[in-house]
Amino acid sequence: MAPDSTDVIQGTLDLLILKTLSLQPLHGFGIARRIEQVSRGVFKVNPGSLLTALQRLERAGWLDAEWRQTENARRARFYTLTRAGRKQLESEEADWARRAGAVTRLLKADA
Amino acid sequence: MAGWRQLLRGCRALLRRSDAERDIADEVQHYLDEAAAAHRARGLGDDEARRAARIEIGGVTGVNEQVRGFGWENAVRGLLGDLRYAARGLRAAPGFTAVTVITLALGIGATTAIFSAIYPILIQPLPYPDGHRIATIWELSADGQRMDGSYGMFHAMAERTHAFQSLAVFKPWLPTMTGSDQPERLTGQRVTSEYFRVLGVAPALGRDFLADDDRPQGPRVVILGDRLWRRRFAADPSIIGRDITLSDTQYTVIGVMPARFENVLGPEAEIWGPMQYGLSEGRTWGHHLRTVGRLRDGSSMAQAAREAATLGPAILTDQRPETYAANAAFTAVALRDDVTGAVKPALIAVLIAVTLVLLIACVNVTNLLLARGVHRRGELALRAALGAGKGRLIRQLLTESVLLSVLGGLAGMVVAWFGLRALHALSPADLPRAHAIAFNPAVFAFGLALTTVLGLAVGTIPALHAARSDPHDALQHGSNRSTGTHGRIRASLVVAEVALALVLLVGSGLLMRSLQKLFAVPAGFEASHLLTMQVQTAGQRFNADGATVQFFTQVLDAVRRVPGVTTVALTSQLPMSGDDSEYGLRLDGSQDGYSTFRYAVTPGYVETMGIPLLYGRSLDERDRAGSPPVALVNESLAKSKFGGRDAIGQRVHIGPTDRPPYTIVGVVGDVRQMSLTLGPPDAVYTTASQWIFTDPVMSLVVRGQGNVASLAPAIRAAIWSVDKDQPVVRIATMDDLLAASAAERRYALILFETFAIVALALAAAGIYGVIAGRVAERTREIGVRAALGATSGSILRLVLGEGFALTACGIGIGVAASAAAGRGMAALLFNVSPLDPVTHASVLMLLLVVAAVACAVPAWRAVRVDPATTLRSE
Repeated sequence: MAPDSTDVIQGTLDLLILKTLSLQPLHGFGIARRIEQVSRGVFKVNPGSLLTALQRLERAGWLDAEWRQTENARRARFYTLTRAGRKQLESEEADWARRAGAVTRLLKADA
Repeated sequence: MAGWRQLLRGCRALLRRSDAERDIADEVQHYLDEAAAAHRARGLGDDEARRAARIEIGGVTGVNEQVRGFGWENAVRGLLGDLRYAARGLRAAPGFTAVTVITLALGIGATTAIFSAIYPILIQPLPYPDGHRIATIWELSADGQRMDGSYGMFHAMAERTHAFQSLAVFKPWLPTMTGSDQPERLTGQRVTSEYFRVLGVAPALGRDFLADDDRPQGPRVVILGDRLWRRRFAADPSIIGRDITLSDTQYTVIGVMPARFENVLGPEAEIWGPMQYGLSEGRTWGHHLRTVGRLRDGSSMAQAAREAATLGPAILTDQRPETYAANAAFTAVALRDDVTGAVKPALIAVLIAVTLVLLIACVNVTNLLLARGVHRRGELALRAALGAGKGRLIRQLLTESVLLSVLGGLAGMVVAWFGLRALHALSPADLPRAHAIAFNPAVFAFGLALTTVLGLAVGTIPALHAARSDPHDALQHGSNRSTGTHGRIRASLVVAEVALALVLLVGSGLLMRSLQKLFAVPAGFEASHLLTMQVQTAGQRFNADGATVQFFTQVLDAVRRVPGVTTVALTSQLPMSGDDSEYGLRLDGSQDGYSTFRYAVTPGYVETMGIPLLYGRSLDERDRAGSPPVALVNESLAKSKFGGRDAIGQRVHIGPTDRPPYTIVGVVGDVRQMSLTLGPPDAVYTTASQWIFTDPVMSLVVRGQGNVASLAPAIRAAIWSVDKDQPVVRIATMDDLLAASAAERRYALILFETFAIVALALAAAGIYGVIAGRVAERTREIGVRAALGATSGSILRLVLGEGFALTACGIGIGVAASAAAGRGMAALLFNVSPLDPVTHASVLMLLLVVAAVACAVPAWRAVRVDPATTLRSE
């Protein structure tokens, strides 16, 4: 574990999962690795939280889940973004941009 | 759509649990494998890679649990688990479960049954639109007694009233329907045209009465009740416009009332005809009609009562006929109060009694659960030590309590169902709206809500207790030690239980004493070996002069010949039968009117009834039509109206004053007419042939030998040998009538006794439970005492002393409470003080004996404690 890695920011895990899946369907470990790689090891995904979040998003109808063969011939549960999930991603992205912008402005104003 | 998905997935997870769990396990395993593969790719060895992956994930089981814990179905699964666990726990303690469920069932069942019975009488609005706007108008005699009204007064009031939108008067009507094999006497009412509009109910078929139907010599029309229509006319809708024969006269059916129509002013009535009174008849100002009215919008009941009070006398000032008493007063009361007023005190007392039973049941269940909590302290402490949170423990215990309550509630519903049937079977005949009593869904809901709330309330106490106690401490101390507060709570619950039981016992004791005293009241006649029945004449054949008299004379002769009959007589009204025929009595030459019971009898009535003749002579065959009119008066009338002077020889007017007065020839003993409780009112007796008109309905009284009830068929046959078309009804022995007149008190008594027995049993169980628990907790202490030389006697004193101390405390509080409650019962008591010492003393004795019995078993157990065993087990 990289010493400077942290847990995913509270409340952003859903957004990160949706964003990751918007590029291509992935299984649980794939999602975790993608998040770690893209964030250059800053975010570390807790497997329990991730799998629970996947269940929740699937229940909400934003993801579809399906058992499929991986390239190394193993059975894995792959997640695909649904149309509703895509809409949810857009709204969460917009929301995040709004909040991040606000935080950034606040920090700059302080300096 | 997402909601559906939630529901479907949840259900799938619940129903196909292993599939769902395997999916999760597979996914977690796959994650682990991929993570290990990633580590291997970075150059770690096989084992090392797997260990690193496992560390990264933080335990496969934990992740499995975390993922599985998601979703609503998981809460359901937890609840099911709790339920299963609770059920197993209850099965393991069958004694505790049975006692608790039975206690709850009795408490909840009794409450539900009583509320079901009382709801339509006291709570439910009358089954009429705006039923609270219907009032009855009463005329009050000089001594404040309610009297029937007159047509003249009704007519004048209807013209002048502002408070009432419409008024109606009605009287009973007993037409005989002939034509079939046996004549059937129908119960009905003669009503003025507004009657059904006052009640606010219109016929389901045909039309209502119109003003034009209700005039002298108006059309002969009737409206049928639904029951009669179905029974006699097979619910044939073409009945409207058809003619039916009643008492030899053709009537046209113009309407049928709806099935749901409930006539609280005459529950038995099933046929209605128009009153058809005029203003110039003799009966116009006779007091024999009841008055009912519907308030105008915007006027209140109080306004109506005030208006009646002023309007009545004002009308009398304008147009008081000679015969009307000058001192009449008037009032109006809500119909609901009128209908239920008489039984209200009894019902409220019963309601209070059943509430007490419920309270005792709650206290007992609380006690049982507390005791169980003590026994389970070890188990709970262990669970807490293994990591069960406070909330989890409380939830588990609450589940158990609710499960118990629901079981108790279900059993209680069964009790309620049987209870309602018993209530129906026992209810006195004149209980208002008795047929409206039914197991109603509202009450069912009430019962269920009660169970749940009870379970939560009762369940919280041990749950909080268990959760509050320190697991470390509890584990260290073993399971069976008492804690101070715990013991005190249970002790005070027992005190409460004893106090509540005492209140109930005193209540039922007082009722029992009342009933004893009531039956000791002399009715004023020899009730045994008396058979009574009502005979009447109906039909055109009796229109001829003297036909009715001839019929009755022939009936007397025929009945006299029946073997087993000693003497026989007829009377226009029969004591204890509900008959109530009162007339104005005026001393000759005076203006003051009094109300008095009037008996038109055949000679020999006084002798047949066994009414003692105190002075003068009785009525006999000499007193017939045409000879000087004579009357007997009862003792109380002789005393009150003629002071110390001898009543014999005095002359009085009974009813109309424009006829020669009756001369009093004898004084007879007082007879209770309406019930044993009502003091002897004034009464006059004349022969039927000297009365102003011929009563078409008479009661036959037969004194016979042996079992008089068995004479009934022969007597009826004798009557029908005179005229086979004349109905004979209301056959009853006088003993039955006397018992029926006390039915209301007996009803209350039976209920109270039942509740008191239940309360006593529950209190005994409570005392036993607490004392037995205390002995179990103190086994060690008792063993030490025994080892140090305490005798059996002193140990016995120790245990019994504790039991009696609790009982004495309960008795003290209970006596004070029952003194307060007794005042509320005063209306139900008869010649018994609410503080009756005999009742209190016997209840105290009973409670002490029960307490002694309840303590006996634990005391015996305490004496047998073997000091060696207890000390060794330490």
